[in-house]
Amino acid sequence: MFSEPTIFERSRPGRHSNAVPVPDGADITAFLPAESLRAELPLPEVSEIDTVRHFTRLSQTNFGIDLGFYPLGSCTMKYNPRVHERVAAMPGFADIHPYQAPATCQGALRVMYELQGYLAEIGGMDAVTLQPVAGAQGEMTGLLLIRAYHRSRGDDGRTEMLVPDSAHGTNPATASLVGMSIVKVPSNARGRVDVEAVKAKVGPRTAGMMMTNPNTLGLFEDQIAEIAEVVHAAGGLMYGDGANLNAIIGVARPGDMGFDVMHFNLHKTFTTPHGGGGPGAGPVAVKAILEPFLPSPTVARAADGTYGWAGDRPQTIGRLHSFNGNFGILVRAYTYIRTLGPEGLRGVAENAVLNANYVRVGVAEKFQIAYPEACMHEFVASAQEQKKTTGVRALDVGKRLMDYGYHPPTVYFPLIVPEAMMIEPTETETRETLDEFVAAMQSIADEDPELVKSAPHTMPVKRVDEVGAAKNLNIRWEPSK
Amino acid sequence: MAYVPHTTEDQEAMLQRIGLNSLEDLFAPIPENLRLPKLLDVPAAMSEAEVVRHLAAIGRENADAGRGACFCGAGIYRHFTPSVVPAILQRGEFLTAYTPYQPERSQGFLQTIYEFQTLTCQLLGLDAANASMYDGATALAEAAVMAASITGRRRILIPETVHPAWTEVCRTYVQGHGASVDVVPHASGRIAVETLQSRLAPDVAAVVIPQPNFFGLLEDAKALAAAAKAAGALVLAAANPMALALLAPPGEWPADIAVAEGQALGLPMSFGGPLVGMFACRREFVRQMPGRIVGATTDQDGRRAYTLTLQTREQHIRREKASSNICSNEALAALGVTVYLSLLGKTGLRNVATASVQRAHEAFDAITALPGYAPVFSGPFFHEFAVRCPAPVAEINARLAGEGIIGPYSLSTVFPDLENAALFCCTETVSRDDIRRLADLLRTFA
Repeated sequence: MFSEPTIFERSRPGRHSNAVPVPDGADITAFLPAESLRAELPLPEVSEIDTVRHFTRLSQTNFGIDLGFYPLGSCTMKYNPRVHERVAAMPGFADIHPYQAPATCQGALRVMYELQGYLAEIGGMDAVTLQPVAGAQGEMTGLLLIRAYHRSRGDDGRTEMLVPDSAHGTNPATASLVGMSIVKVPSNARGRVDVEAVKAKVGPRTAGMMMTNPNTLGLFEDQIAEIAEVVHAAGGLMYGDGANLNAIIGVARPGDMGFDVMHFNLHKTFTTPHGGGGPGAGPVAVKAILEPFLPSPTVARAADGTYGWAGDRPQTIGRLHSFNGNFGILVRAYTYIRTLGPEGLRGVAENAVLNANYVRVGVAEKFQIAYPEACMHEFVASAQEQKKTTGVRALDVGKRLMDYGYHPPTVYFPLIVPEAMMIEPTETETRETLDEFVAAMQSIADEDPELVKSAPHTMPVKRVDEVGAAKNLNIRWEPSK
Repeated sequence: MAYVPHTTEDQEAMLQRIGLNSLEDLFAPIPENLRLPKLLDVPAAMSEAEVVRHLAAIGRENADAGRGACFCGAGIYRHFTPSVVPAILQRGEFLTAYTPYQPERSQGFLQTIYEFQTLTCQLLGLDAANASMYDGATALAEAAVMAASITGRRRILIPETVHPAWTEVCRTYVQGHGASVDVVPHASGRIAVETLQSRLAPDVAAVVIPQPNFFGLLEDAKALAAAAKAAGALVLAAANPMALALLAPPGEWPADIAVAEGQALGLPMSFGGPLVGMFACRREFVRQMPGRIVGATTDQDGRRAYTLTLQTREQHIRREKASSNICSNEALAALGVTVYLSLLGKTGLRNVATASVQRAHEAFDAITALPGYAPVFSGPFFHEFAVRCPAPVAEINARLAGEGIIGPYSLSTVFPDLENAALFCCTETVSRDDIRRLADLLRTFA
């Protein structure tokens, strides 16, 4: 079985890589007072070959899209084009300083300016900030914009944010982070928010409503226009969580549905990649009424065709990042949009929705589907029946899928479906891959329940003691005494 | 169609299987009046070869540091990236993975995060760290929010010697918590203990202490920390991790929470992002800490295994009661830092830091010896220093750019009273020849 010691256990005094310079100037004590110095620097000392082997071996125990199908719902684990990496590593993008004069970084500013425009067009919005570096930070930006808008009108009492019970966890967490209270809106029997439920919750304290469309059940919120009307009539604004944009890109636009502000997850829809949890990027697009409050600076194009920073926004909500957001990720998204073009972007949605429905009908032969109707880019299956009859839970099915060479779906989310398995195939998979996955799901449904409950059987480790991890907290390596 | 593998036959067979006639039928759940009646107005598709050529041409419009040298720092530092770092980061098993929520299939990434947390603790001198924040600025902002929540106090003191953009980000973040940022003015480029003391009061949750500070100068961190503690405030350190190869770590000041911008540790400048926030705190505060944390534990057979832990602090479990809304972080950048620190180790990191200090002091001597150039402040500095120039910094930088040099940061951008003042930075990537060339060009303005 696999076992790789920590890098600290590989340490031997005196070793280091070849990448170490030899200082040839005056001794450090000539420059820095002795009392400011540290006595000891307890870093590991490892040879270059051992470092390479250490991280290469660790990589081999990790799963990525490059290794296999990754149907993780709401995460849009599609193929990550290698050309994105090639472009982002070009010295003209990777080796430039954020404070160098605009005249010397016209190319970088052009990429940002054009990307602002593409995202505004894709979202059906008027203006874009590229500064937020993650979806959750985009949400925070959006809610601060909404708050600033109300305050600019002397409307200080709007402190409530409507959030559907199917929402991503970041939605309520963000609302709370910006000092708003959460008003939960229940989903109806069709797995959607209905306009009557919203009518019952809006009022003079409503700052706005956060919605994901399609929602986390993979269903299109078909009353969205009416809901937006109700929220607007009550004086609130509509926030669009762009996590599920892959379902509708080029087919429908949040701006046309009544959303006033939205974020994009460039690491999802624009496949920039996920990198084990980041870096991502969460640009925010707004209607014109919110533009005066955007974080500064954005990029503008002058009449003579040159690009520059546009920072004069007295009503701005402020800055969200040390510099200009995750530029390296923006370059990747730009490359993706230029590669796909208008037909290609629409094709993303068409084939993502096609694949999801294709897998849905296959999985439905053995598992309950939470809302058995045509889905968008993802659907939610449930292991509730299996749990009742054999004791096999969604978690077990997920773990067993590892033995078949797949990453598990998102499990136990959304919270409103018991034993939920949220499956998002994305558009980049072949029909054979989808067929094989469906066959695996069906086969697991017929397997010996004990085999499934004790899975995985082929991974570097068996089920991990997560309770023990929290109880006996060990979050850093220390030399044994 | 790019990246979609289906043939028309595939699509037809699949549509038939789900009982539909056309791709358009897939969107029947969307009310017709909400469907876009036309294609998006974006430029036409390009082949991979075309897109590479297009982007390469745009990239050439940027004057990258490799054409000459970079004397600009101010929060982004151009250190040398060993070849091993990108080679590891480009491995598909890391690059194309999601957050390691499924520990049995993610042991590799989880272990690297555990190592990152350990390295962060070692550098910052504290005993708990998380898996990374977006950047140093948001790490500081989250630390400020955390301090307010721990102390029940609402005012955060941030000296003018903290990176101005970091202070702005803190302002943005604390507004939802009814907390406020109070800026403490600098005296000759540093925080005076007396000035800090005059601002301390029972409503102060935390004091931020930068090391080295925005002007490159060393603060008297221990004295400032003692003053803050005496008033019952928490001490938040904002450090340059490269400087901590040589300087006393925040844990010894002692700081309660320490943050750092990890970009200096092996990551490219990349026009200011992706960056990576390093975040550490005293063990007793670990349950108030934002962000992901990896813990070592065992599997069913008692073997060593790693997993995300204390997830009940996080948004996907705790929703509106979470300690932060952070979800995506900067995992791959944190892995880059982990590989960098492993490669350089104790000796290597000290050598990079030492060479940077040496070059910076040689450049300081060369520049301040020129007629018309004078130091703005005095006192020990790490690898950045402020110089009053005989001409506007923008003018000087335009000239330097003509010679392939990225010039210093103009301090008057944020400090109007520091007219014609430039903040120079040197790392080990600057050679003595680069410094001579810089001095020769600067002399023409004298």
